[in-house]
Amino acid sequence: MLRPSTTLPRRGRGPLWRNPAVRALIIQAVLFLVLAIVVGYLVHNTLLNLEARGIHTGFGFLEGRAGFAIPQTLVEYTSDSTYGKTFVIGLLNTLLVSALGIVAATIIGFMVGIARLSPNWLLARLATIYVETFRNIPLLVQILFWYYAVLRALPSPRQSLSLFDAFFFNVRGMVMPDPQPLDGFSATPWALLLAVVGAILFGLFAKRRQASTGQALPVYWIGACLVIGVPLIVFLVTGSPLEWVMPKMTGFNFRGGINILPELLALWLALSIYTAAFIAEIVRSGILSVSHGQTEAARSLSLPEAITLRKIVIPQAMRVIIPQMTSQYLNLIKNSSLATAIGYPDLVAVFAGTTLNQTGQAIEIIAMTMAVYLVISLTVSFLMNLYNARTLLKER
Amino acid sequence: MRHKNKSLIVLPAAMLAAAAVTHVQAATLDDVKSSGEFTCGVSTGLTGFSSPDENGKWTGIDVEVCRAVAAAVLGDPEKVVFSPLTAKERFTALQSGEVDVLSRNTTWTATRDNSLGLNFAGVNFYDGQGFLVRKDLGVKSATELGGASVCVQSGTTTELNLADYFKSHDMQFQQVAFDTSDQSAQGFDSGRCDVLTSDSSQLAALRLQLADPKGVEILPERISKEPLGPVVRQGDDQWFNIVKWTLFAMLDAEELGVTSDNVDEMRDNPPNPDVARLLGKDGAFGEQMGISNDWAYNVVKMVGNYGEVFERTVGMDSPMELERGINALWTEGGIQYAPPVR
Repeated sequence: MLRPSTTLPRRGRGPLWRNPAVRALIIQAVLFLVLAIVVGYLVHNTLLNLEARGIHTGFGFLEGRAGFAIPQTLVEYTSDSTYGKTFVIGLLNTLLVSALGIVAATIIGFMVGIARLSPNWLLARLATIYVETFRNIPLLVQILFWYYAVLRALPSPRQSLSLFDAFFFNVRGMVMPDPQPLDGFSATPWALLLAVVGAILFGLFAKRRQASTGQALPVYWIGACLVIGVPLIVFLVTGSPLEWVMPKMTGFNFRGGINILPELLALWLALSIYTAAFIAEIVRSGILSVSHGQTEAARSLSLPEAITLRKIVIPQAMRVIIPQMTSQYLNLIKNSSLATAIGYPDLVAVFAGTTLNQTGQAIEIIAMTMAVYLVISLTVSFLMNLYNARTLLKER
Repeated sequence: MRHKNKSLIVLPAAMLAAAAVTHVQAATLDDVKSSGEFTCGVSTGLTGFSSPDENGKWTGIDVEVCRAVAAAVLGDPEKVVFSPLTAKERFTALQSGEVDVLSRNTTWTATRDNSLGLNFAGVNFYDGQGFLVRKDLGVKSATELGGASVCVQSGTTTELNLADYFKSHDMQFQQVAFDTSDQSAQGFDSGRCDVLTSDSSQLAALRLQLADPKGVEILPERISKEPLGPVVRQGDDQWFNIVKWTLFAMLDAEELGVTSDNVDEMRDNPPNPDVARLLGKDGAFGEQMGISNDWAYNVVKMVGNYGEVFERTVGMDSPMELERGINALWTEGGIQYAPPVR
């Protein structure tokens, strides 16, 4: 809507550069041109040099036989697999440690953040010590600490510390029983899926019921019973079709069972503990951002502390927490590339390290690696933004 | 950055220039002469090959190659800047011009020679991959290693040979790969692995770093050929020739009996025409490469012949106490053989 007072006097036909719109356009165009020339020069120079030195370019190398072993492979891999496969293996290992780290860091972070605000003096001080210790020590030092000082101090496989003769801890990591599904096991995961769907439907029903009648149902308890109970009953009814392969010390190492590498444990511990310190502060800031009036109002309605926290404080705090939490998750994923310092086979160590060295395709491999981190980060940002949009204050 | 067309470059290019590879026609020799020194890529610390001593001075057989090149080109073996590189970094560092010579116990293979834009200038140490185990394991042969955890340095030919060896012998193994050989030795020492594998000369060096060097042994098998030598960038034949012939000069000097002690006398009164040519009394063999004619004299005088360097760094006069073995001259039952200077 144009108010009459904003009508400008007719502008004379001055020189073009007097026109701010044209001027801006020209500046942009010149900048773009300069940038294009610089990039073009760099690309040209690089290609020229690569060709002159006889360095082959292109992505054909991904088809070649890798020829080296990788200690932790989530999908089938042998030294006969291709370099392309090493990319997949490295990527999965990065995603594994990142996912484990994000879950653990979130749980620890929330607990510590809430503990820091606890009226219990000891708990609050311990939480403060935790935060100040772990966020002020460089992450690499922490990774090296967990790996060299803690996990390397464990005994040799023959003298493993054992828990119920099923879990073994030694300098080569943790070994635990490996569940092998037998015939008829497939019913259990289906039952689990059905139970989860059922629990979600029940949750929706309970919410609607509460909205219309004001009566709350014990959603969490019933949901938990559904999700745990139904698959358990199906599992038992089908005759427990699961065989546990127990780890056994044979020759040099444990055979059978699942071996969790100490490199993974060290990296996971360090990443979660380090990131949790930051998340704790974010949670604390989020909670403190909720006006005290809200808590007082809840108390005056004599809501219990737990419900006040869960239903009143945290939902409002989330608005402050989520955007910062996204950054921490992204940091954690990118920090996982420090894996190479202790030999955990992540994307950087395996693909941008060994594969690069064996093939010499530096430009292609580094470009692919950067693209992967970009894609992962953008995906996480996108998902977190979706969640953020849901928790935003809705003005009605 | 060398020999770059500056006409087009605007300010942002300076920031992005790191991404650009130096122009290929770069004559390394001219740059080295004008700056008065050159950069040599070495390991991050491997006794006998390239490691800093207690005074921070680099020592080792690979380091002596760098010094010899400096003596040949600049007449001063100390005009070298050493750049410690991990196995993973080394080729990129050489390709991008960060170092001028890579002398870092690097195995000469077809892939490296043909597709990385590099040239191997020769072999200064013939090696083979071996396995190191604790004596108390009671293992006598590499064929008994099925199921073992093996520590290895990542990004090496060792890593590839390891996978091939266990595959061809139908054995399982758990690989634990680290970035540096120190880390892998540490991993072995702490019990993270049962076996440490590397070139056998490296094993001999790493053994000295272990907590109990007497409690370990190197198994008899040599599972690969590992010819180690200096590497240069492809496309600069002059520089390639200089490094290649510096190495040859050290071997020829040993064969002709020229040592750092008698080199002055040999130059003044050459006992035969071969010595006269090598030490620059006859012909212009240095000038042909663009360096001074007393290049080989400088190398032998300031660094020593191949045998002297070998004994001093990895041989009997060093803590490693390696035999010459196949690294002896061809005249003494080994395979070290250099073309003649003529």
